[in-house]
Amino acid sequence: MALVELENITKSFSGIHALSSVNFALEAGEVHALVGENGAGKSTLMRVLGGEMRPDQGTVSINDEPVRLTGPIDAIRRGISIIHQEMALAPDLSVAENIFLGELPARIGWGDLRRKARALINRLGFDIPPGALVSELSVAHQQVVEIAKALSRDARVIVFDEPTAVLSMGDAQRLLEIIRNLRSQGVGIVYISHRLDEIFDISDRISVLKDGRNVDLVRPDDTTVDGLIGMMVGRPLSQLFGEKPDTEIGDVVLKVNGLDLPNGVAGVSLELRKGEVVGLGGLVGSGRTEVARAIFGADPIKAGAIELHGKPYRPRSPKDAVRHGINLVPEDRKGQGIVLDMAIGKNMTMANTSDVTAFGFFNARRERKIVDGLIQSLRVKLDHPSDPVSSLSGGNQQKIVLAKWFHSNGDIVILDEPTRGVDVGAKTEIYSLIHRMAAEGKAVLIISSEHAELFGLCDRVLVMGEGRLRGELLPDRYSEENLLTLSIAGRSQEEQEAAA
Amino acid sequence: MTDNIADGATHRATDAKTVSEGRTSFRRLFAQFGTFAIFVLLVLLASTQSDVFLSERNIMNVLRQMSGIGIMAIGMLFVVLTRGIDLSVGSIAALGAVASALLIQQYPLLVAIGMVVALGAMCGAISGFLVAFLRLPAFVITLAMMTAARGFALILSNGQPIMPGADGAPLSAFGTSFTLGFPNPALLMFALFAVAFLVLNFSRFGRVVKAIGSNEEAVRLSGISVSWHVMAVYVISGALASIAGILVTARSGVGSAQVGVAAELDVIAAVVIGGASLMGGRGGVINTFIGVMILGVIGNIMNLAGVPGYHQQVYLGVIIVAAVVMQHGTSFLRR
Repeated sequence: MALVELENITKSFSGIHALSSVNFALEAGEVHALVGENGAGKSTLMRVLGGEMRPDQGTVSINDEPVRLTGPIDAIRRGISIIHQEMALAPDLSVAENIFLGELPARIGWGDLRRKARALINRLGFDIPPGALVSELSVAHQQVVEIAKALSRDARVIVFDEPTAVLSMGDAQRLLEIIRNLRSQGVGIVYISHRLDEIFDISDRISVLKDGRNVDLVRPDDTTVDGLIGMMVGRPLSQLFGEKPDTEIGDVVLKVNGLDLPNGVAGVSLELRKGEVVGLGGLVGSGRTEVARAIFGADPIKAGAIELHGKPYRPRSPKDAVRHGINLVPEDRKGQGIVLDMAIGKNMTMANTSDVTAFGFFNARRERKIVDGLIQSLRVKLDHPSDPVSSLSGGNQQKIVLAKWFHSNGDIVILDEPTRGVDVGAKTEIYSLIHRMAAEGKAVLIISSEHAELFGLCDRVLVMGEGRLRGELLPDRYSEENLLTLSIAGRSQEEQEAAA
Repeated sequence: MTDNIADGATHRATDAKTVSEGRTSFRRLFAQFGTFAIFVLLVLLASTQSDVFLSERNIMNVLRQMSGIGIMAIGMLFVVLTRGIDLSVGSIAALGAVASALLIQQYPLLVAIGMVVALGAMCGAISGFLVAFLRLPAFVITLAMMTAARGFALILSNGQPIMPGADGAPLSAFGTSFTLGFPNPALLMFALFAVAFLVLNFSRFGRVVKAIGSNEEAVRLSGISVSWHVMAVYVISGALASIAGILVTARSGVGSAQVGVAAELDVIAAVVIGGASLMGGRGGVINTFIGVMILGVIGNIMNLAGVPGYHQQVYLGVIIVAAVVMQHGTSFLRR
């Protein structure tokens, strides 16, 4: 008898299928792993299970009985708890309060509450004072509190979404121990992780998703890490990326040596050359964005040296970086890239007002001319440049960010997830803009979780994993398998084969 | 297949665009003229209630009374646009009033005024530095400055009204006379509003200030120093508040540390009635001016109608809420 069963789940967002007839079943006392690339549909499937999203088609059954989950609270009441990557704890409340948040009695008996909390935490094999504030706990202990919270609600199904991504090796091992413990108590566990070694370590069954479809359902004994990666990848490169112009790659313009950051990035060294497009690959959370932000002066640098055109460079602020010709298209478009309420044209000239102002005041005619030129050149679809950016589609909003930096005209451009949430048509245009930047002699660094994009655009791809630069792939070795193994295991596929 | 998806996506984007634009233009229209409509309604109402209301003398009176609040409202608008708040303006005005009465006895008029404005700017610079560079909450910092500046004014004046005597004559002459039929303080307010209009709408500084209130991080990541701009708005607010204080001394001939008690509340009310959002990024100079006038007209009508002072405060509270609901009400309902 299945604890929960998802049958023929289909879900589409604005016409694009995120899930097509996906099946997934979970037995009591089982760890069922869910693997796939970014965007394969894992999170969407779990949001359906957690009641956060209603499927377009398909049924959700609990204990063989079809149910209609009305929302997350309904799912929790029915015994389904999801432990998200970003934890949902209130940092300024105590451990005990967090565990029982949402079901605190009107009159709180503190002693009783703390005793119960302690019992739950002990059941997980930990000893955390129930009166401690969550903000004082380590990330690993916070996760324990999350799990205890799920247990307090009699969860019979617990979904772990990338739980070890934020944990050290030792803490990750302890978490796996907890999960085994829960399994032996009859809890059904869905385990999502990019760390395939863990998957093999802990799961009873593995479901592989790709492009919103079931690819396979296997037992760990029946496959290998390579076999699993092979199932996850293998999408042919489309013609999406356009012709790469024949640009001459010039001198080194940016040289990073032994970059250490306060957030766990360590010993990153890289070089960018004039006219070169370099990819920075690796899993989400591997430190790619952090490196980009540090070079751009947005975050502090702990140690390491950066050279710009052969001269030492230590960015103090983004302002400093822009003055030195370094531009960044940030990953969070709405939060960091554009001012949504401000006019399209004003956003475009924001990073460089020198040629549209005199004595601090704008020359409206000159600004209009430059804005019109950018709109034409980047083929932005809009009604009027004085409309707010919020009136544009995602792809066109991203073009505004690109236009801003086109106008700023730095010679080093870093693009962090430049095509996230952008439709196919705009993607192709953004790719051709990237080619154009390289042809103009800029050095381009692209961060992307769409590996195909990196392979389609870049002259070489640097791969990061857990805050370190794990290696470099040249075009003759471009494959998602190589990239993933390099990022996860620190070795490329061929090196592993050679070693074997 | 791929083509179909792409086409579909483009169409949807276009649809979404027209919808949101329809809404935006309606909102824009209301945001732009809503305040003005309220003002016109109030004036019509007032003129039916009192024959005196539309007399030149009464109008000039209102303008002169509101000149201090209006000048402070300019600074407050800039602060509010960055998502900040400045509670210290009333106290800095008191400091300006006292300091001008003192300094004018020792220095030539323009030098004394320059020193007082610099003093106000310095108060603003202290708050601004703490808010912008040390990232401390504006509400608390300017609350502290509100206490400290008033205390400083009391110390300087020893708790007594300062009478500059004959030395104050030129300042009093400015404060009490008219030019082209307008009271001088009102003309100064007009001039400052005009400058603010130019700065906010056509200068790089004004554009950055507005953008900071909408999305500070995007501004920073565009290579613009957010901290300097934020500090600058508090400097402007402090300087303008001290000018408001000088005007009080100019009009009354006395520098008192009791000037501008609770004025910050009127100033914030005027800015909010003018449609500025305390969440930053939204607000305009002309609407702020109308907001100041609405506040003045409301007080004036109630005075003319003989509403007792304590009652006036209650009505004022109700009217502020009504004005803000008319401004923002439609967008609340939509969500």
